[in-house]
Amino acid sequence: MANACAIIGIGQTAYKTKRLDVSMAGLLREAARRALDDAGLTWKDIDAVVVGKAPDLFEGVMMPEPYLADAIGATGKPLMRVHTAGSVGGSTAIVAASLIQGGVHERVLTIAWEKQSESNATWALTVNSPFTTSLVVGAGGYFAPHIRAYMRRSGAPDHIGALVAVKDRENALKNPYAHLKIPGISREMVEMTPMLWEPIRYLETCPSSDGACAMVLASEDAAKKAPNRPAWVHGTAMRSEPMMFAGRDTVSPQGGKDCAADVYRQAGITDPRRELDCAEVYVPFSWYEPMWLENLGFCGEGEGWKLTESGATALDGDIPWNASGGVLSSNPIGASGMIRFAEAALQVRGQAGEHQVDGARRALGHAYGGGAQFFSMWIVGSEKP
Amino acid sequence: MPSEPNHILEFPGGYTRSVGPVIGRFFSDLRDGRLTGVRTAAGKVLVPPAEYDPETSEDTTGEYVEVGPAGTVTTWSWVPRPLKEHPLDRPFAWALIRPDGADTALLHALDVGVFEEGAKPPKFLKTGMRVRPKWRDERTGGIGDIECFLPEVTMINAPTRLEYRMKGGRTLQRFLEGVSEGRILGDRCPVCEQVIVPMKGICPRDGVPTTEEVELPHTGTVTTFAVNNIPDPRAPEVPFVSAYVLLDGAGLTMLTLVAGIPADQVRMGMRVKAAWRPREEWGRTMNNIKWFEPLDEPDLPFEAIKDYT
Ligand SMILES: [Zn+2]
Repeated sequence: MANACAIIGIGQTAYKTKRLDVSMAGLLREAARRALDDAGLTWKDIDAVVVGKAPDLFEGVMMPEPYLADAIGATGKPLMRVHTAGSVGGSTAIVAASLIQGGVHERVLTIAWEKQSESNATWALTVNSPFTTSLVVGAGGYFAPHIRAYMRRSGAPDHIGALVAVKDRENALKNPYAHLKIPGISREMVEMTPMLWEPIRYLETCPSSDGACAMVLASEDAAKKAPNRPAWVHGTAMRSEPMMFAGRDTVSPQGGKDCAADVYRQAGITDPRRELDCAEVYVPFSWYEPMWLENLGFCGEGEGWKLTESGATALDGDIPWNASGGVLSSNPIGASGMIRFAEAALQVRGQAGEHQVDGARRALGHAYGGGAQFFSMWIVGSEKP
Repeated sequence: MPSEPNHILEFPGGYTRSVGPVIGRFFSDLRDGRLTGVRTAAGKVLVPPAEYDPETSEDTTGEYVEVGPAGTVTTWSWVPRPLKEHPLDRPFAWALIRPDGADTALLHALDVGVFEEGAKPPKFLKTGMRVRPKWRDERTGGIGDIECFLPEVTMINAPTRLEYRMKGGRTLQRFLEGVSEGRILGDRCPVCEQVIVPMKGICPRDGVPTTEEVELPHTGTVTTFAVNNIPDPRAPEVPFVSAYVLLDGAGLTMLTLVAGIPADQVRMGMRVKAAWRPREEWGRTMNNIKWFEPLDEPDLPFEAIKDYT
């Protein structure tokens, strides 16, 4: 049986198109220092540091973690870097949690970031070898066919994507860190924006952001000394699968289903819609909300869009999804998964401010990456498991 | 344009001016590469220094204060077409610059980079901008010892280039050999018995080596697709359709370009065939296939392709 792991500190930077006011190191330090302040700790109290980010080509710094080691307080301490594509923010937190759960360390600082403005993610995601032909499509081009397949399979009406795009941006207006703030966002506004990769419209996609997110994870003993109420880890899981293989379900990947089943089992959850109070789920394209509702077992196959349409996932619904505004409102890619995990923890700590879900006691944090092939999830609760 | 003069009045050798102790101190320090101000009785620091406080007319205190050299632009005026008397021969700004530690601003030229004559001011030129003096190598003790001010460094450029010697590997070479002969090769997994195309040498699902090479027909079915509207110099002209095509007999789809039909008429279930370039243009590359284009056959029902989406 693993030791208990608490989240005692959370720090986020403002998410913006370009954080030209800080260096890469400064960006990480901004998030890390806020997490340390929340935990009532200083750099020297930390036993180990676990960092994560998406591909190095995003900023063009090869293995940035050695260069950042002293900037993030890892001098003379264990430092580890995690990389699992877009799901990395989640996996990084899980690796950090495992160092507490395994009894190796008392206090671990974990940070994930991206400074997308230093380069061009679409370029970085479309690096071809001389042996393959190029169809420069970026992430949107990759996911659009799978969204089309979902719409066809489920018979979902066309407007569901716009509903999610509106809901998450309305939530973002309540989150001081969110990147996209679109007062008066409406379905008409979303539907008027151009199709970038049909069936995905401009306002149905995530922005590209600079930003970092950090957490201090702690053992039960260390959590007792923390000044603020902790959140507790009730379960963690990761899964991966190849991008292409015969019989792969690309719309609802088996890896996602298996990952969810694993994390629910650890947390003793059999009916996620009823037993969880809210969820922060990686939705970079609005249609992924109904798709992941099904993949994560919040409803039956083909029913996800009905849940979205009913308003169940809105801030005042019975199972709010992405009260923070989600990836659709802020997307520093490598950090986006950790933001989901951190926002889930904020909710059960009762510290989510204006976007707090009343009485949230258990929440899911979720991230996915690559060709919807890497998954990381955790469930956090207000009570020690 | 100013007209050419027809008469010039110039005092031979230039006037001589005694600068007094205060301005003299300022110029001497400029020659040493320093910016100096003077404190008033009220505690303010004047730059350039003066012998008197302009607000009260009282003498300044004689306490000199080193300021800057960095400072903040308090306001500016853009000069899109510099005259020959101007300090710079390309568009620049006259700026009031308050050196750090000073309470007043001094006027100087601000060089914000290379612009064509007549250019509009760049967006990054703003009140509040941080700047520093560019000192001349040979200084004589005058305001011209500062050639101009320059923006502080906020970004550097980091060119990055990696060079590789890549080998495709045995399986890929075999596949490209096939393509160079106008053949599409896959391989069959001994466990799931599915045909994987392009051939990989292993089954990604079962993790075992494939055992049987299979030549596939050049016809297939569009399972799903995207209409791409974002132009990119490396991509086809927009709108273009990137589609997953299930070759007849294959166990999985291939991502390809679908053309030869308006983008808005591409359908799930549409039957397509490979459109090869002229034989003389073939090489060991998938570029031999230009794209997939419609076949004159009825669409497959979604049920028949659902499991491949
Ligand atoms: Zn197989």
